[in-house]
Amino acid sequence: MLANPYVISLMTIVLLFTFLGQSWNLMLGIGGQLSIGHALFVGLGAYSVGVLYVKYGISPWVGLLTGMILAGSVGASIAWLSFRFQVRGIYFALLTIAAAEFARIMFSGWEFVGAMQGLFFPAPTGGIEISMLRGDTRFYYFVALALAALGIIGTEFISRSYLGYVWRAMRDDESAARALGVRTFQHKILVISISAATAAAGGGVLALVQGSIFPDSIMGMGLSVDVLIGPVVGGLGTTFGPLVGSLAAIPLNHLMSALGDSLRIPGLNNITYGVVLISVVWFLPDGIWPAIVRLCKAIQAPPTAWLWQSRKVEE
Amino acid sequence: MTTLLEVENLSRSFGGLVAVKDVSFSLRAGRITALIGPNGAGKTTCFNLVAGALKPTSGRVLFEGRQIDNSPPETVCRMGIARTFQIVRPMREMSVLENAMIGAFSWTRNVSEARSKAYESLESVGLAAKAHARADQLTLPDRKMLETAKALSTRPKLLLLDEVMAGLRPTEAAGIVDVLQRLAEGGLTILLVEHVMRIVMEVASRVVVLHHGAKIAEGPPEEVVADPKVLESYLGAGFHA
Repeated sequence: MLANPYVISLMTIVLLFTFLGQSWNLMLGIGGQLSIGHALFVGLGAYSVGVLYVKYGISPWVGLLTGMILAGSVGASIAWLSFRFQVRGIYFALLTIAAAEFARIMFSGWEFVGAMQGLFFPAPTGGIEISMLRGDTRFYYFVALALAALGIIGTEFISRSYLGYVWRAMRDDESAARALGVRTFQHKILVISISAATAAAGGGVLALVQGSIFPDSIMGMGLSVDVLIGPVVGGLGTTFGPLVGSLAAIPLNHLMSALGDSLRIPGLNNITYGVVLISVVWFLPDGIWPAIVRLCKAIQAPPTAWLWQSRKVEE
Repeated sequence: MTTLLEVENLSRSFGGLVAVKDVSFSLRAGRITALIGPNGAGKTTCFNLVAGALKPTSGRVLFEGRQIDNSPPETVCRMGIARTFQIVRPMREMSVLENAMIGAFSWTRNVSEARSKAYESLESVGLAAKAHARADQLTLPDRKMLETAKALSTRPKLLLLDEVMAGLRPTEAAGIVDVLQRLAEGGLTILLVEHVMRIVMEVASRVVVLHHGAKIAEGPPEEVVADPKVLESYLGAGFHA
């Protein structure tokens, strides 16, 4: 299957959005902070890699690191300002959209970063250069695979560390968490800057894979939505949700887009996307992955006491 | 006998309503003190002022000689005051054990250390057998005890309990009384906000009575219940036992 270049590039996108979904999922699914402007961080990562590489020939590795630091600081600043002035919940989410749109408009008019004309990476030469993160589609597939694996391991690691416990407590009930000594102000800033920095890393690789950066696509609302579809469909707050969700949603979107083209039904992919999203939210409100887990447990153990038994086995 | 907590001329108003009016009392280390009063007496407001969830309009709260009334709840907790909530608030998607672990992260970042402290807290309130149940599957008395266990995991010097026995049957309440007495014997100082007088009589060594936001009596329980002002506040004027 890996011989088919279309499948490879599709899987590369699926894996990249798995990673971006992980980053978003860390923030909402574990930290309880909703962002609808994750494109801001993705874009900052993409532009850091793009500007340094295209303008100065500096290795994308440096660009990725720069992007992560930049996005992490921007995320921390937004969080600090917002929570310092008691902007939280849905108002914080609105602030993230505003920040992303502000950045998109700024980058659209900024000649230095290519404005609306965007930035173009030089065409790949065919050889694989790890030091410059350049290679063919197969190379980027493995980069995306590594990134997604890193995302899953990282999420699992954070989830099992004290941060995971403290963040989930903060997500479930902030004032109860504070009464138990959780410094929620610092922890919210921390989870948001980690999420922003990882989104930037994903954005930098996404830019390399696409070969070009345009403010409207890399920083637009559409990208913010694409980032959150994986975890929402797959299962919010779960480690494997973003992977399962991206695997389900992105190929479907591409398939329907192709089908729509051949049947001459414009927008068929968007209609299908909408129907699938509504169905998932309606029938599996906690996502596909938790439903799979429930199904497996129900098959393994006798139905009467499965919950207690499976818990005991874990001990 | 040392004084752990001192409340000095504490007042708090919400708009024009004075909820707590010039209240002073102190808590002695290792004792159970009860804050009682009829509905709307300002007990919970007073409790929230001590826990850092509310800022006083005037007056001071001193814990081990340090002023704490301007500190946020997480700082108050880290200084050694843990609280429960009147409406029980388990983290729903987490197990009983995980709920009890959160408090331990105020002094350690080690997950297994937090887990063993959480077991210890659950053990001391008699919930260890249900450690792996989901928090929202517990019965009401168990949830109340989980609240206490969560607070105990922070390793408090002072435990603030808000109506921990409200809504329980007498046998269930008796179980909680046992737990509290054992904790106090272990050296913990407890401030109990309670509506149910009979339980307070059994467990508290000292009682502070609030009425319309002001302190109307303070002393050992048997003296306080004989006080005509207290009887009047609970049962209305003209009633004398």
